[in-house]
Amino acid sequence: MSLGYVLVRSILLVLLLMGAFAYFMVMERKVLGYFQLRWGPVRVGPWGLLQPIADAVKMVSKEDTAPAGADALIFHAAPAIVLFVALGAFAVIPLGPTLHFGGFAVPLSVSSPPSSLLYVLAIASLGVYGISLGGWASQSKYALLGSLRASAQMVSYELALGLAVISAVVLSGRLDLPGIVAAQSQHHLWGVVPDILGFAIFAICSVAECNRAPFDLAEAEGELVAGFHTEYSGFRYANFVIAEYINMFTMSALGALLFLGGWNGPFGLGASFWWLLLKMAAYLFFFIWVRSTYPRIRYDRLMGFGWKVLVPAAFVNLVWIAVFVGLLGGWR
Amino acid sequence: MEKYLDILVFTLAGAAFPLIAVGGGLILRRRYPDVEKERAYESGELPIGDARIPFHISYYVFALVFLVFDIESVFLYPWAVIYLHLNHVLAFLEIVVFVGILLAGWLYAWKKKVLSWM
Repeated sequence: MSLGYVLVRSILLVLLLMGAFAYFMVMERKVLGYFQLRWGPVRVGPWGLLQPIADAVKMVSKEDTAPAGADALIFHAAPAIVLFVALGAFAVIPLGPTLHFGGFAVPLSVSSPPSSLLYVLAIASLGVYGISLGGWASQSKYALLGSLRASAQMVSYELALGLAVISAVVLSGRLDLPGIVAAQSQHHLWGVVPDILGFAIFAICSVAECNRAPFDLAEAEGELVAGFHTEYSGFRYANFVIAEYINMFTMSALGALLFLGGWNGPFGLGASFWWLLLKMAAYLFFFIWVRSTYPRIRYDRLMGFGWKVLVPAAFVNLVWIAVFVGLLGGWR
Repeated sequence: MEKYLDILVFTLAGAAFPLIAVGGGLILRRRYPDVEKERAYESGELPIGDARIPFHISYYVFALVFLVFDIESVFLYPWAVIYLHLNHVLAFLEIVVFVGILLAGWLYAWKKKVLSWM
């Protein structure tokens, strides 16, 4: 494929992602508002629909400050690392089956390497570098504490997340995302049916991996002001937020592809990218729902829950899935 | 290899977006440096000492335990891919032994009170 073609598709997808980010943010504030019996944003435009544009203007025009003692290079590089990693992980997510326009095939992902699932996990785990470096370089105690917490939390929950993902791989016997979706449609069985425990572990860990409430210990505003991005302002702060939301998109897409049948409708209702978007939207709504329902948990309980509940549960689930596949296939 | 180049093109196109926003904002932004403004935020008080304070050893221990389990979980991926196609009871028994060893190590870590915060 020519470079120009890839570039055009990349730019389109980046614009799409930024648009999705902006309007998912409005949706989050609206939904949170309704959960708390208030209106959410209503002032800018009809139903507050122009709010993200106003926010963007504010972010771009804000003064870009750095603390005097900060390590300038790392401080300025950290938000870029976080965003770069978030986009890199999203690049292999297929947003639907390959479209055909009169003999011209358009795959709905930027690229589809042979083991895209492994690639997503590998790249997504690099995000912790940006967060810990950003907090460390800020020369601020709140930021350092936030980044320390974030790194310990993210590596702990990554383990259970990886084990839950392995159970989906066992079920389908594939390591590429389109292949996993194809296997689920071929067996007429969504991953979530035998692997309900794995899906639950994945859902909990995906909230923790994105540093979202109730696992937002890294930026717990009640104790750490804003955690690792305390000292960031203007568009550098916005980079952290954009990366967090793109990570949420990646996680919701992974959950839908691995466990919820991807772009196949339920009961053989055809395959279309609309199904995937619907499932992703439901998953994203789950993120907001959890945020508005649960209070932030204490740090020792967070670590205890991850290590003493989720990790052994994921191991047990893996053995169960192996038994399930063996019984279904008829062991030799 | 070409597929990974596509990803690189995409991430560079994505990274150009914030660079343009940060760079283009220079025209819109005002810059008034100030001693107070460039001081690290410490609840409005003057910051005391260096921010890079020594932190608790628990973080280090957790990182170590994570490393052990993460490497062991990497070994599970090849098995996970081949298991369905192999479809042999021996493959199942082998993974039961492997997960059993992992769980024994995990139990040991718990008994050593490594998994308890502080």
